[in-house]
Amino acid sequence: MATPVLDKVEAEAAASDHLITVTFRIRRFNPEVSADAVWEDFQLEIDPKERVLDGLHKIKWDIDGTLTFRRSCAHGICGSDAMRINGKNRLACKTLIKDINPAKPITVEPIKGLTVLKDLVVDMDPFFQAYRDVMPFLITKDTNEPTRERLQSAEDRERFDDTTKCILCAACTSSCPVFWNDGQYFGPAAIVNAHRFIFDSRDEAGEQRLEILNDRDGVWRCRTTFNCTDACPRGIEVTKAIQEVKRALITRRF
Amino acid sequence: MKIHKYDTVIVGAGGAGMRAAIESTKRSRTAVLTKLYPTRSHTGAAQGGMAAALANVEEDNWEWHTFDTVKGGDYLVDQDAAEILAKEAIDAVLDLEKMGLPFNRTPNGTIDQRRFGGHSRNHGEAPVRRSCYAADRTGHMILQTLYQNCVKEGVEFFNEFYVLDQLITEVDGVSKSSGVVAYELATGEIHIFQAKAVIYASGGTGKFFKVTSNAHTLTGDGQAAVYRRGLPLEDMEFFQFHPTGIWRMGILLTEGARGEGGILRNKDGERFMEKYAPVMKDLASRDVVSRSIYTEIREGRGCGPEGDHVYLDLTHLPPEQLDAKLPDITEFARTYLGIEPYTDPIPIQPTAHYAMGGIPTNVEGEVLSDNTTVVPGLYAAGEVACVSVHGANRLGTNSLLDINVFGRRAGIAAAEYAHTVDYVELPENPAEFVVSQIEQLRTSTGNERVATLRKELQETMDANVMVFRTEQTIKTAVEKIAELRERYKNVSIQDKGRRFNTDLLEAIELGNLLDLAEVMAVSALARKESRGGHYREDYPNRDDVNFMRHTMAYREVGDDGTESIRLDYKPVVQTRYQPMERKY
Repeated sequence: MATPVLDKVEAEAAASDHLITVTFRIRRFNPEVSADAVWEDFQLEIDPKERVLDGLHKIKWDIDGTLTFRRSCAHGICGSDAMRINGKNRLACKTLIKDINPAKPITVEPIKGLTVLKDLVVDMDPFFQAYRDVMPFLITKDTNEPTRERLQSAEDRERFDDTTKCILCAACTSSCPVFWNDGQYFGPAAIVNAHRFIFDSRDEAGEQRLEILNDRDGVWRCRTTFNCTDACPRGIEVTKAIQEVKRALITRRF
Repeated sequence: MKIHKYDTVIVGAGGAGMRAAIESTKRSRTAVLTKLYPTRSHTGAAQGGMAAALANVEEDNWEWHTFDTVKGGDYLVDQDAAEILAKEAIDAVLDLEKMGLPFNRTPNGTIDQRRFGGHSRNHGEAPVRRSCYAADRTGHMILQTLYQNCVKEGVEFFNEFYVLDQLITEVDGVSKSSGVVAYELATGEIHIFQAKAVIYASGGTGKFFKVTSNAHTLTGDGQAAVYRRGLPLEDMEFFQFHPTGIWRMGILLTEGARGEGGILRNKDGERFMEKYAPVMKDLASRDVVSRSIYTEIREGRGCGPEGDHVYLDLTHLPPEQLDAKLPDITEFARTYLGIEPYTDPIPIQPTAHYAMGGIPTNVEGEVLSDNTTVVPGLYAAGEVACVSVHGANRLGTNSLLDINVFGRRAGIAAAEYAHTVDYVELPENPAEFVVSQIEQLRTSTGNERVATLRKELQETMDANVMVFRTEQTIKTAVEKIAELRERYKNVSIQDKGRRFNTDLLEAIELGNLLDLAEVMAVSALARKESRGGHYREDYPNRDDVNFMRHTMAYREVGDDGTESIRLDYKPVVQTRYQPMERKY
């Protein structure tokens, strides 16, 4: 067990209960108060190893209780707190202050392409509707359900592993320029979730899903800008998954 | 105010709520009310697996699983319920697979299984591979699969609807559930849901601790709603502290890490669990491991400059194994600690994780108003409930199992009940309590802040009613909670608006946490023994003569309006296993 490195980490941790001063520059919007969105600056003392979410909490809890955002698990699993931080889509709970240059103001805005309801809260319904439209559930044509589990080889299981990681946070979809310009596009997250079933050896509705994505608002709208792949907090190769769906549409093999 | 009518209303859209919804939607007109979008629930944070004696990789059977569950719960488990849990586990896993859950697979294509704490072959001989898993994101996969199947079944969700009150109507001397009152976060509007059957599946209450694996939103809303209406809470003193939370942050690192061969070490590099649990070692039950860690820390063998944690060592495991089996938790270590688990051990400490206690139910999920009487039309399942399958300490992988087995049972029972009855009339002025609660908070000019009181509550809970407790520490907590409850009356909020008022929401959640913290501390004070997750240094032994019984806590309001807690007790159901000394 290699303790020396760790002792260093811990010594740093203990010594660096040092706080730094950072500015959060937050896009505020509350239609109960004003029809216009404005930027508002907050200065706070924070440990650079803390999360952006911790900073938002400090503001809400100690400075301004009206600041509104969604969050729950605080460690990148529930998908509640996708937002634009310094111009990039990230989860506030997975972004540490020290990793985003705290010397300059940290800008925080709602994700783009979805209607802003208040501060950092957007209307997620269109996002979930696109998800529902791709039939995101296993479809089989078995007349007799097996009594035990269906068999699936480890290789077949691995084939769609990457796209099972999706937490529906919308970081990918709301980073996509095509989605910004045209809310009709299904968006990367819906395609990722279609991919998860199209490439599952147990599923028998791949053709149906491909036809849905063959629609004029489907996969062909993708311009492979890779914003989605960069934005995904789960490290899913989103653009690759979309390309695999496109290829399956051409070859009808999956 | 809007009034809705549904056969069945489900409160909460985590694993238990959605499993119930899949059943009840097929059988009755169902609404699911959830304060978060369904896929945001904390079921998604569960990592290691779901126990079932499939015997896919080695000999196993449900009777061994039943025994392990009873022993793991330090014999406070109701054994009839544990038997149902273990028997129905097999179909529960197979049902999920048929719904599409992508379990990891064995070389011959069946569901793979791995070791987990407290699960053993033949009544404690050696660890057994019983946990069915999908890498270290089994809860995520269960949550996604259940949501996918809710979409398939057309389950009707009311997202970001926060249930604030349980409605009870007395009919011919019998108190029946008549519905719930909910607050719509987007608009601030109040909604009455009249329902023939209500199922609570609103999860745990871990946020009254500071170092916890629980989400910010786990504030015991369901428990508090029914408790305020005079219904009891069972075994609230039993809370699980998971051994391996990330140091200071509390983020969960799955027991599956030890199931895969991970080892706990103190500052001398010693594998200390060998001293405390010679057979199961690092895979002893969670209460045992958490106490062992704190014993090491207290005796000066903790790590770091302050000696306040120990290490979870995965460095001897091949990187390929970590990547394949534990990708998420190794990433947590990298993201939050800047540590590479291939080469460096991970600093950990026990983290408040799971409420064994909750709303008492029978095995059909029906809520009890005393030791035996069912409240017609009221159901509960999952962490909010106490069946009791977990007794004094839950085994790892039994909670993902619990939500599936008892979520399904409650969904079926509630929907079938709804078919046999008419709507119960709503009480007069059903929204009265909620309207006054909200108006009071919105208009209060008091000088207390929610965040301050919550922080003080969390600090006193961590200091006084965590892994080790004494009469003195618990009394300190009881007094502090009483002070905080008094100060809570002067809480004011800054956001006075109606739209997405999360400031208001947090104030209400704090009220729930304070109520439940008091129940926990008072129940713990009265239990003068050590059992499972409840360890009293002043009473270090289990006392089956006086305390082989469930605690039932009731809220009582005197004629002058003063509130108090009355404790009563309920016998434990014992069938095949006699209590024995618990060794791992």
